[in-house]
Amino acid sequence: MNERTRPAKLSAEERAEQLELLRAMHEIRFFEHECGRLFARGEVRGTTHLCEGQEAVSVGACRALREGDSMTCTYRGHGATLAMGAPLDESFGEVFGRAPGLCGGKGGSMHLTDLRVGALGSHAIVGAHLPIANGAAFEARYRGTGAVHACFFGDGSTNIGAFHESLNLASIWKLPVVFVCENNLYGEYSPLATTTPIERLADRAAAYGMPGERIDGNRVLEVREAVAAAVERARAGEGPTLIEAMTYRQKGHSRTDPAKYRPEGELEEWLARDPILLHGKWLAEAGVEQAEIDAAEAAAREAVGEALERALAWPEPEPAALLEDVWVAS
Amino acid sequence: MTETTYKGAINKAIVDALAADDDVFFLGEDVGAAGGAFKTSVGIQERFGERRVLDTPISEQAIVGLAIGAAMKGLRPLAEIMFADFVGVAFDQIANQLAKYRYMTGGQVKLPVTIHLASGGGAGFGAQHSQAAENWLLNIPGLKLAVPGTPADAYGLMRAAVEDDDPVLFFEHKGLFNVKEDLPEEPARVELGRAEVVREGDAVTVVATQLMRHRALEAADALAGKGIAVELIDPRTLVPFDFATIATSVDRTNHLVVVQEAPAGGSWGATLISRIAAERFEMLDAPPALVVPPDTPVPYAGALEAAWLPDAEKIAAAVEASLAY
Repeated sequence: MNERTRPAKLSAEERAEQLELLRAMHEIRFFEHECGRLFARGEVRGTTHLCEGQEAVSVGACRALREGDSMTCTYRGHGATLAMGAPLDESFGEVFGRAPGLCGGKGGSMHLTDLRVGALGSHAIVGAHLPIANGAAFEARYRGTGAVHACFFGDGSTNIGAFHESLNLASIWKLPVVFVCENNLYGEYSPLATTTPIERLADRAAAYGMPGERIDGNRVLEVREAVAAAVERARAGEGPTLIEAMTYRQKGHSRTDPAKYRPEGELEEWLARDPILLHGKWLAEAGVEQAEIDAAEAAAREAVGEALERALAWPEPEPAALLEDVWVAS
Repeated sequence: MTETTYKGAINKAIVDALAADDDVFFLGEDVGAAGGAFKTSVGIQERFGERRVLDTPISEQAIVGLAIGAAMKGLRPLAEIMFADFVGVAFDQIANQLAKYRYMTGGQVKLPVTIHLASGGGAGFGAQHSQAAENWLLNIPGLKLAVPGTPADAYGLMRAAVEDDDPVLFFEHKGLFNVKEDLPEEPARVELGRAEVVREGDAVTVVATQLMRHRALEAADALAGKGIAVELIDPRTLVPFDFATIATSVDRTNHLVVVQEAPAGGSWGATLISRIAAERFEMLDAPPALVVPPDTPVPYAGALEAAWLPDAEKIAAAVEASLAY
């Protein structure tokens, strides 16, 4: 089902499914909003990288996966980790460095990981997880599990060596991996055109003999459809795909970046194409009642609020935890 | 018992590790069809096939990263980096990913990755193919470092490394490939973190690994002729490090000479001496000595490389200087 080809009428099941996508995007949006707010209050240490505006990539791509599949992402990884199904409270707990957090408070905002849901890790070195994604995909092929791995990264990652080594190896070994490039137009503070000689990053796929496709990353159904096709290809043993999802980072690179380098009007233009707004409109045009659309938002707001309250009440790790988890056995 | 070379012991250990567990696979540049740059993996792909023994592109980040991802999902990768010097190309994967992944995730993952690297000087490979790169990795909690000096240790540590649930970097020394030793059909595992007392003595404790172990043994033989009984200890792994065996020896000899083939700064030898000085100061009759190459890259010309690497004479002189202090 493509957003651009709206069905005449949604079945009850389709309506529920579409509303769930909206709810999931709202959940990430509210989560990120709270992370930003609590950073200012000193509950988040160091820094945090918010994905507001990019929710359709996380939700659309992760909803194209099935149980047993896995995902790796970047330090801007709250959205993808939540989209895989990581609990909101434990995710907040990790961002706040609390003992019941996903990683016991040892990872933080940049390293959200939840193996229970196939979220294999958020990585804070640009591009470093692409080789690791290949390994997860290799295991699936080696054991014949049929699983597929989705790897999220930003446009900036396509200029680092690990990107090229990984796409090359994934292609020659036909690994079941889908490379999802979230092109949000900026590598940290630098506009893409100042760092990259080509405009279409999907074209880089050609150098590694794999399909490369550019899609509208702010349309959740378009993302889901494109990733689902790539997943199917990977599962069939036909190898990797590079998907370039065009999207926009509505906030700065990190919480200390006011993003003053953006040209006038750019943010407004993208806010008018906000992924949540777009999907809400699509639902309305498909005949979904406004009350149901509002209810999806309210459900997300409530779930995030409750999770936040729980996480803020959690204790910090005991000092003894410092020495744990370096070794499996020493 | 079969006379086995260091190189043959490594080959046998890889074969036995692959035969013992289908979760073990072996990847690296030219490890398959070509049998390895140093012929340590001759015949292995023929026996286990291309599913389990994989030739890779020259892409060290991709090799180590793939091993990490596969290990997270439960496999036991054995990844080869041809020359230890190339660890620099994959340093991010090793230092920032492999070493920290378990800790950062609060223990959610275990990474039974073994990385096999050829290190060391003395063979004329020049500045970029001769370094004792294990020293670069000492400051990164989360990595175990094995530095075997004999065929038995090469076999036993490789088997232990592959079976260990934590990341292990296994450094084979290029200068020892043809060292021979009688090995049983099923040689023993060597526990990571257990030093070997190579030669007992009561005059001076000498600590050395790999090629330097053999040169120290040569020095000890020469010194024995002068009535000086050297106690030679090979730590065999740098992490975990068997400090207790060395400290106990120093308590008895009251003299310590450490020999290594890397410059002093940030090295295992310097670390050992600092700890002995801090914890055993009153037991020492002389300042601990560190016999090391000068602070230069490894030179190419035979005469220069011979001058760069510590030899038996330099080691013996350091022992005598310690006793004469």
